[in-house]
Amino acid sequence: MQGVEGFMYPNEVELQWSVLIVLYPFLTGLVAGAFILASLERVFNVEAVKPTYRLALLTALAFLLVAPLPLQLHLGHPERSFEMYLTPHSTSAMAMFGFVYLWYLMAVLVLEIWLDYRRDIVVLSQTTTGLTRLIYRALTLGSSNISEHALHIDDRVGWVITLIGIPSAFLLHGYVGFIFGSIKANPWWSTPLMPVVFIFSAMVSGIAAVMLLYMLLTWLRKQTIDMRCVDTIAQYLFYTFLIDFTLEMLDLIHRIYESDESFRSLDFMVHTKLYVSHILVQIILGTITPILLLASTQVLKISDMARKRIYATAGCLTMIGIFAMRWNVVIGGQLFSKSFLGYTTYKMGLVTREGLLTAIVLTLLPLVILWGLVKLLPPWPEKSPAVPGASAAH
Amino acid sequence: MNAFKDAGHLFRLAGVFLAGILLFLVIREFLVPKSFGEYGHYRGAALAEIAARPLHYAGHDTCETCHADVLEKKKDGKHAHVNCETCHGALANHADDPASVTPQKLDTAVLCVRCHEANAAKPRGFPQVVSADHSNGLACDTCHQPHSPAITAGGAK
Ligand code: HEC
Ligand code: HEC
Ligand code: HEC
Ligand code: HEC
Repeated sequence: MQGVEGFMYPNEVELQWSVLIVLYPFLTGLVAGAFILASLERVFNVEAVKPTYRLALLTALAFLLVAPLPLQLHLGHPERSFEMYLTPHSTSAMAMFGFVYLWYLMAVLVLEIWLDYRRDIVVLSQTTTGLTRLIYRALTLGSSNISEHALHIDDRVGWVITLIGIPSAFLLHGYVGFIFGSIKANPWWSTPLMPVVFIFSAMVSGIAAVMLLYMLLTWLRKQTIDMRCVDTIAQYLFYTFLIDFTLEMLDLIHRIYESDESFRSLDFMVHTKLYVSHILVQIILGTITPILLLASTQVLKISDMARKRIYATAGCLTMIGIFAMRWNVVIGGQLFSKSFLGYTTYKMGLVTREGLLTAIVLTLLPLVILWGLVKLLPPWPEKSPAVPGASAAH
Repeated sequence: MNAFKDAGHLFRLAGVFLAGILLFLVIREFLVPKSFGEYGHYRGAALAEIAARPLHYAGHDTCETCHADVLEKKKDGKHAHVNCETCHGALANHADDPASVTPQKLDTAVLCVRCHEANAAKPRGFPQVVSADHSNGLACDTCHQPHSPAITAGGAK
């Protein structure tokens, strides 16, 4: 059979989980990562990264709104996903995800963003006109109390939500790793390290995404990039990436040393079908190169301009590397036969429901939503609207 | 009661959430079928609905009542435990009214290889042939008796 080498069971020849299932953990990873970055800034009160706090929250929201779409498109019948809520199925990990998602979206992200922006929303509802005014009015929920004390209460409540949010974000993405890690029939996935590796790679991709978006948007707004801010973020990126890489290597060494019955087959796959995407793109180009680039900025004295370029390059490579990691997990796990005697090929559609084009649109959609959110709720500290009537010095 | 007043917006938000949850519960009341969960994680009434659907398969025992001759042939061969309707297809309407519903003739060139084409995934002991080499395009029933397929002595009676 074309594309099949050796022996495959009939139901393994065609891959069931397509590029959209690759996209899904990639998108949720960005959500969890961006949110964890924002939370660390808030809980540990890191002054340097303030300029990206709100941007990170909006990024998380934009990507979270799109995250379920790949699943809906993959399964078809999107209206049926509502059944997860109507008739909760407590022993199905996939069905319970609906609640993890909803909890994270409503109880954490929307709440935190609302509390953080409330002052701006109230001010904007008084200074804008027309339709935008109506939107802001609706968002105030009819309360325009932005007295010092009210804002102080918001701050305290927001802090508590952030604190709850950190484990929630870990849960959101750890859950995705859990889904793969708990499939005991698939030796490429089945490891308890999976959720942990997923969380750390999520943090890596989220931090890199916020850093890139911050640099890109600042450049588009023709403002100067706050070097202290990107330096700190790059430092975070470097450290989390080191941990992430160590964990992945630990997993690898463990597999090599354990050498269970699947090992020869998986090893063969990594050296043939997955060689380009796993060894070259994920490990060399997408992990070791950015780590070395980031390390160079930590030890060498490099000019601002060069540092910016290094950060941008390292950030882009990181995104490619993490996407490749999702690809290798999801697609790689379906390329080999559970008989360990054969291999199949993934044929990606182009303009099909689960094809490349859909994947590209779904990747760009969060950026469009983010653009809308940034317009509606400007995340830049210097753009925070002044209370009408208050003195400019305030 | 200043603290209370300054947290007013939080109460409003809680109200919105509460309204959302209530709305959901009302919608749920209408959308979840009454018999859901009666026996398990599915609609209990579905059982009766499925039971009420017309039968398509009559079952081995029903065929036997009229086709005792076939049964006689079949019971000593290896196909003894292969049900009539596995090969002949669903024939409940024929069993009800044999005069007006005549079963379709089967094409053995398609039928037999469905089970007997050689495939490494099948248990080694299961009789299987590479049909291209084995029969060279001839219909299987030129040599084999479908109801008692062994060719050696004791097969075709
Ligand atoms: C009520 C008695 C009765 C039952 C029950 C019955 N049949 Fe028949 N069957 C007949 C009769 C009578 C004929 C001959 C009809 C004809 O020649 O048109 C026949 C003919 C056939 C034929 C041959 C048609 C042909 O091409 O000559 C097949 C095959 C067949 N039955 C299969 C089945 C199977 C399988 C079942 C069980 C689901 C079954 N029958 C149940 C009475 C019955
Ligand atoms: C392994 C598949 C297979 C099974 C099982 C099987 N048949 Fe057949 N049967 C055939 C084939 C093939 C023919 C010949 C082609 C045709 O007449 O449609 C046939 C022919 C018949 C005929 C036509 C007359 C004849 O005797 O050749 C009758 C009647 C019949 N089968 C009844 C039955 C009944 C009743 C059963 C269950 C006890 C049964 N068959 C089980 C494959 C099968
Ligand atoms: C629904 C699946 C099925 C179909 C269709 C089927 N068979 Fe079989 N066949 C079996 C099974 C099951 C056995 C018994 C295997 C065993 O006992 O190990 C068998 C056994 C045989 C044997 C070995 C008999 C022996 O005594 O060693 C032959 C020959 C055979 N079938 C020929 C045929 C032919 C010819 C047809 C087409 C008319 C056919 N089979 C259609 C399932 C099927
Ligand atoms: C030219 C006559 C002929 C035709 C046509 C034919 N066979 Fe056979 N088949 C035989 C003979 C002879 C044997 C050997 C009998 C034995 O070893 O008991 C046999 C054996 C078999 C066996 C048993 C193999 C085993 O390992 O026990 C199967 C299964 C079988 N045939 C299936 C088929 C199928 C399916 C077709 C149709 C695609 C078919 N035959 C067509 C003559 C034929």
